Amino acid sequence: MVSRRALAFWGIVFVVLLALPQAAIALNQAFYVDLVRRAMILAIAAASLNLILGYGGLVSFGHAAYLGLGGYAVGILAFHGITLGWVQWPVAIAASALVAAAIGAISIRTSGVYFIMITLAFTQMLYYLAVSLDMYGGDDGLRLRTPSGFSGLVDLGNGLAFYYLVLGVLLLSLFTIHRIVHSRFGLVLRAAKSNDARTRAIGFSPYPYRLAAFVIAGAICGLAGALYANHTRYISPDFMSWVQSGDLMFMVILGGMGSTAGPLLGAFALILIEEVLKGWTDHWQVILGPLLVVSVIFFKRGLAGLLDKPDA
Amino acid sequence: MLEVRALVKSFGALRATDGVDLEVREGETHAIIGPNGAGKTTFIGQLAGTLRPDAGSIRFAGEDVTALPAPKRARKGLARSFQITSIYADFTALQNVALAVQAGSGHSFRFWSAASSDSALTGPAAHFLDEIGLANRKNVLAANLSHGEQRQLEVAMVLATRPRLMLLDEPMAGMGAEESQRMIELLSRLKRKQTIVLVEHDMDAVFRLADRISVLVYGRIIATDTPERIRANDEVRRAYLGEDA
Repeated sequence: MVSRRALAFWGIVFVVLLALPQAAIALNQAFYVDLVRRAMILAIAAASLNLILGYGGLVSFGHAAYLGLGGYAVGILAFHGITLGWVQWPVAIAASALVAAAIGAISIRTSGVYFIMITLAFTQMLYYLAVSLDMYGGDDGLRLRTPSGFSGLVDLGNGLAFYYLVLGVLLLSLFTIHRIVHSRFGLVLRAAKSNDARTRAIGFSPYPYRLAAFVIAGAICGLAGALYANHTRYISPDFMSWVQSGDLMFMVILGGMGSTAGPLLGAFALILIEEVLKGWTDHWQVILGPLLVVSVIFFKRGLAGLLDKPDA
Repeated sequence: MLEVRALVKSFGALRATDGVDLEVREGETHAIIGPNGAGKTTFIGQLAGTLRPDAGSIRFAGEDVTALPAPKRARKGLARSFQITSIYADFTALQNVALAVQAGSGHSFRFWSAASSDSALTGPAAHFLDEIGLANRKNVLAANLSHGEQRQLEVAMVLATRPRLMLLDEPMAGMGAEESQRMIELLSRLKRKQTIVLVEHDMDAVFRLADRISVLVYGRIIATDTPERIRANDEVRRAYLGEDA
């Protein structure tokens, strides 16, 4: 059941994102194509976090791990001469899913503050692992000389083609997550968030459902990481810094937890505000911080809450 | 149907369950009464599987379930309601019950098709809501139902798991007189088809519904008998009823 308002919203989003590159080039502002492409990639990562945070109630403070894993999968394979995207991207997704399964299997046994700290700790471990990889640039990171190749089907070296690929992946990811949270699986996930004791009492063990969601979220974020590596053409441990994890969390909370549009709105809002503030002052974070606090106080259900009723 | 032997559960120095034996027969409504602090909630927690007993055994339908966690017991047909209303406040009434139906219909690793348009779930859910008298409230968010309606909804969820034994933990708790009457009528309809363990403070409800009553005092069952004999039992009167009825 899609409301007319939601339909109008998605129509506008689609048209704007579709037409943006042409408009930006016509206005001689090609820079915006790049900016929006970055926002879209981070929106995919935020949407994957929203699956576990917004719908599953799993406050992961280490989601950037999968952004990094996806990025390093592409970077390391390219370093060894494997530039084929058909290989790189599935490896990025599989590696992220695998690591998510391992981290999730342990951390989902805990809850509350412990869960937050354990997910953070695991991601910090991966961060320092990346720093210690001298062969792949260590602290300085790793340049991606050749973008992922897709047998001439899409040329990621072409900014416009890459933009539309990212748009496609974004819409597909949002749609997939939307289907998942409304499926039987998604209902169990949301039920366990809403009332754990009741969910056990009717016969569900929440653990395997939460773990599966954690793995799916990791996999989707790994794909975002592969895109991000191609976007920046440069992979560094910063991909999985705790600041990046915090940014993803903030996008979800600012945009609206547990809504399809939330992460998209949150990612765009955060990146655009950041960009505008950076133009004004070098101390832009001093303004961003209070702005975020105010937004959380006034939009309890995030930006998406202004748009529509919560989907039940 | 349910057989409890020498059950013990201590919290520190307090023996909240102190060697309880209990047998619930198929088809009966078995009430458990006792003054505040007698250990009723601790006892029902052990029956449902949320608390692990220190000693003793629980057999359900011929099988030892003492070590089984709550979700597995629920899937075997031992379903409970909570003393403090436990529902999904942010789901509609229909979704609440549909989830309970879903819990009883195999695993839920189905990722793609929408559950809300799955008539295999919503069909039975609507039926249970109807049975419980909430048919006209099915699309209301559970948070917006009245307290009495929420208690009814919880019973509908218990029913929707298609239990072999219902554990009802004070279903009248916090209800007004009128709401209580409605719940008593509801339960007296259900008791013809269901085996029920009823923990309740409302003596009116207990004596109208129960086939047998067990009296729990300081973690021990001091008597199990028909309502008439419990009423006449001296020990029970001294320990409990004397101050209440």
